[in-house]
Amino acid sequence: MADNTTVKHHREPLFHIAKRDDMVWWKAWLIRIAAIVISIFAMSLVSMALTEKSLFETLEIMYRGVLGRIEEGSTVMLWKYLQQIAILLCLSLALTPAFKMKFWNCGAEGQALVGGLGALIVMIELGPKLPYGVLMVVVVAVSILAGAIWGLLPAIFKAFFNTNETLFTLMMNYIATQIIAYYVYIKGGGSNVISPVAYGNFPKVGDNKYLVNIIIVAVLTVAMYIYLKYSKQGYEISVVGESQNTARYIGINVKKVIIRTMCISGALCGVAGLLLVAGTDHTIRTDTVGGQGFTAIMMSWLGQFNPFIMVFMTALIIFLKLGAGKVADTCRLNSSFSDIFIGVVILCVVGCEFFIRYTIKFRHHKKEGKA
Amino acid sequence: MKKVSKILALILALSMVFAFAACKNEPATGENDTTAGELADVKVGFIFLHDENSTYDKNFMDAAKKACEEMGIEYAQKTQIPESNDCYDAAVELIEVDGCNVIFADSFGHESFLMKAAAEYEDVQFCHATGTQAHTSELKNFHNAFASIYEGRFLAGVAAGMKLNEMIEAGEITEEEAKMGYVGAFTFAEVISGYTSFYLGAKSVCPSVTMDVKFTGSWYDEQKEKEAADALITGGCVLISQHADSMGAPTACETAGVPNVSYNGSTINACPNTFIVSSRINWAPYFEYMIQCVMDGKAIDTDWTGTLETGSVMLTDVNEAVAAEGTVAKLEEVKAALNDGSLQVFDTANFTVTVTDTLNVNATVDGNGVLTGYMADVDTDEAFTADTEVVEGGVFYESKFRSGPYFDVRIDGITLLDEAY
Repeated sequence: MADNTTVKHHREPLFHIAKRDDMVWWKAWLIRIAAIVISIFAMSLVSMALTEKSLFETLEIMYRGVLGRIEEGSTVMLWKYLQQIAILLCLSLALTPAFKMKFWNCGAEGQALVGGLGALIVMIELGPKLPYGVLMVVVVAVSILAGAIWGLLPAIFKAFFNTNETLFTLMMNYIATQIIAYYVYIKGGGSNVISPVAYGNFPKVGDNKYLVNIIIVAVLTVAMYIYLKYSKQGYEISVVGESQNTARYIGINVKKVIIRTMCISGALCGVAGLLLVAGTDHTIRTDTVGGQGFTAIMMSWLGQFNPFIMVFMTALIIFLKLGAGKVADTCRLNSSFSDIFIGVVILCVVGCEFFIRYTIKFRHHKKEGKA
Repeated sequence: MKKVSKILALILALSMVFAFAACKNEPATGENDTTAGELADVKVGFIFLHDENSTYDKNFMDAAKKACEEMGIEYAQKTQIPESNDCYDAAVELIEVDGCNVIFADSFGHESFLMKAAAEYEDVQFCHATGTQAHTSELKNFHNAFASIYEGRFLAGVAAGMKLNEMIEAGEITEEEAKMGYVGAFTFAEVISGYTSFYLGAKSVCPSVTMDVKFTGSWYDEQKEKEAADALITGGCVLISQHADSMGAPTACETAGVPNVSYNGSTINACPNTFIVSSRINWAPYFEYMIQCVMDGKAIDTDWTGTLETGSVMLTDVNEAVAAEGTVAKLEEVKAALNDGSLQVFDTANFTVTVTDTLNVNATVDGNGVLTGYMADVDTDEAFTADTEVVEGGVFYESKFRSGPYFDVRIDGITLLDEAY
């Protein structure tokens, strides 16, 4: 068949791809939202086929898994949802200045882990000795410092020796994980679990365990938006990201910007670790961050380095994670189902960027010929 | 700013859609609740460490399904729940979203997080397998359960010993070469109690047997378990058993053609040429007991220990193609002796113990190395303080003072190749 047609006609391809210059912003968002809706819908159909539940039931299970019985006044699940958004968002925010500078920080996982470890060590060692207020100051300071150091090391090597920061930060993750494995081995005993520590926990607001975490991240979100958009340092970051030569030409100290920005990035990851350890778990394991440091890379990109769009993206991803997880649990599917679900949705979201940036032009040739 | 407000509007619109979907669904759930309400006042929520790919969790999942179906009640489950705050979150979700009033978790490390939830939900019963803290905690709604699996391990050990005897008689190995290998997860009481009873079972029929033990530091790590089994086989072990939850060790045995005594369930399908027998805990009797208690409004035992008699400790069918001749009959005989009490697994006459400055510090022995006393850490605390005398009249009484194992004596004849975990 194919041979025949090529022999018969010598014609231009069925379609070709052309770059689209500028799409109206609302059209772009319509495409993105359509991609999300269509992919969720498609995956719901797949789960329908696997579970013999109707589409509506599937969606309802997802909704229940995330928000629980909220209409009966139970807000426990809602807070848990917001808490999980807060953690992922915090990590995404942390990565954003580095990415904007085109410094590929793949080490959020490790930076958050050492931040959390710093907090936990203070909680265990100094917890019984210091008054609560002083203890909290030390806990916060140590975890931010630990995260910043973990971000600083690759930055120094990048600035002075031009090492590859992707590999460097990735390797730092492994070091952090192993340090924690070792610490848990020393402190854990038995089946390698450190029991939750009673000292140095974030205060509850009324009955709410997570509100402090959520407020901290909300403040950070606004601060990061302002920092990137309106501060001189934020401007320097984008110039270094666009072109280091331009930056040098206009008198920006590139080394200084790289080191300073990675300090901020690492410190914010440290804050995420702090929120996880002092604000949530009160203990640590090698998978306390649970791969969210890598998910955050995607969130930062999908959010186009805009903290407010990131809020929306993280809310969506956590919704899918909890919702699809609930579908898998309720319908006795393997837990990998939720990973597949999220994978497909992210693929569609990333894929739709293609249609925003490019246009497909079909050939008109044939039609004209026939007419 | 204009952009932001429009995005906000979109988010709002989207959330309206979700809210709308929720409203429409409300009557549907209401109906479900009323129809189910007559049958089931009890709804159990199960928390599993891994999923059905882990032999350990599959054993729990099968029992949960069986018990709940037989009792005609609903249940919900959460799989892949690590030993972290996720366990607390899972418990909360099962209670808040699924409406469960009994929560069960299956892994040792879940305990402290489950207790955190138990303190917050006093009306909900919390049951935990393999745990150690219920009898000292003040929580009335928190319970531990385990089974005298050491009896099952002992029986499996008898089957292993008979296989070794057969190999010696056939001239494949000498008496001195009768060395078994054991892949364990961590060096703590549950595992130590397990491999020691397995070894004593083998020794009861094959007196010259010795054993090497390797640890993986993980309950589920297929690669590490496979490597550990391979290393043991290379080191001269002629029979392998394991206390870790993946198919790593059994498949390594099948590849190398070395007989394997499995755990948690039969691996005969994957390993038809090497599988001898497997011991396992059948959790269905406990689940049925737990559910019945809640139905009747009775208190659940703080510490519940299943035995051979309750049907909690079981052996799978013996693979007669691999096992030595007469294994089935011998196992019946030993089982009867264990049941009527004429045979005790940890009879101190059957093993010797060496006490040094660092090893077995809580043990007292006589001149011949026979254990005469042992202070075990029964009431769990951070420093692992030994607090209870557990040897009485020549027997180490395992699972008597609490359901979770506390036998952690290092007996002679077993060599630990690494103690990193």
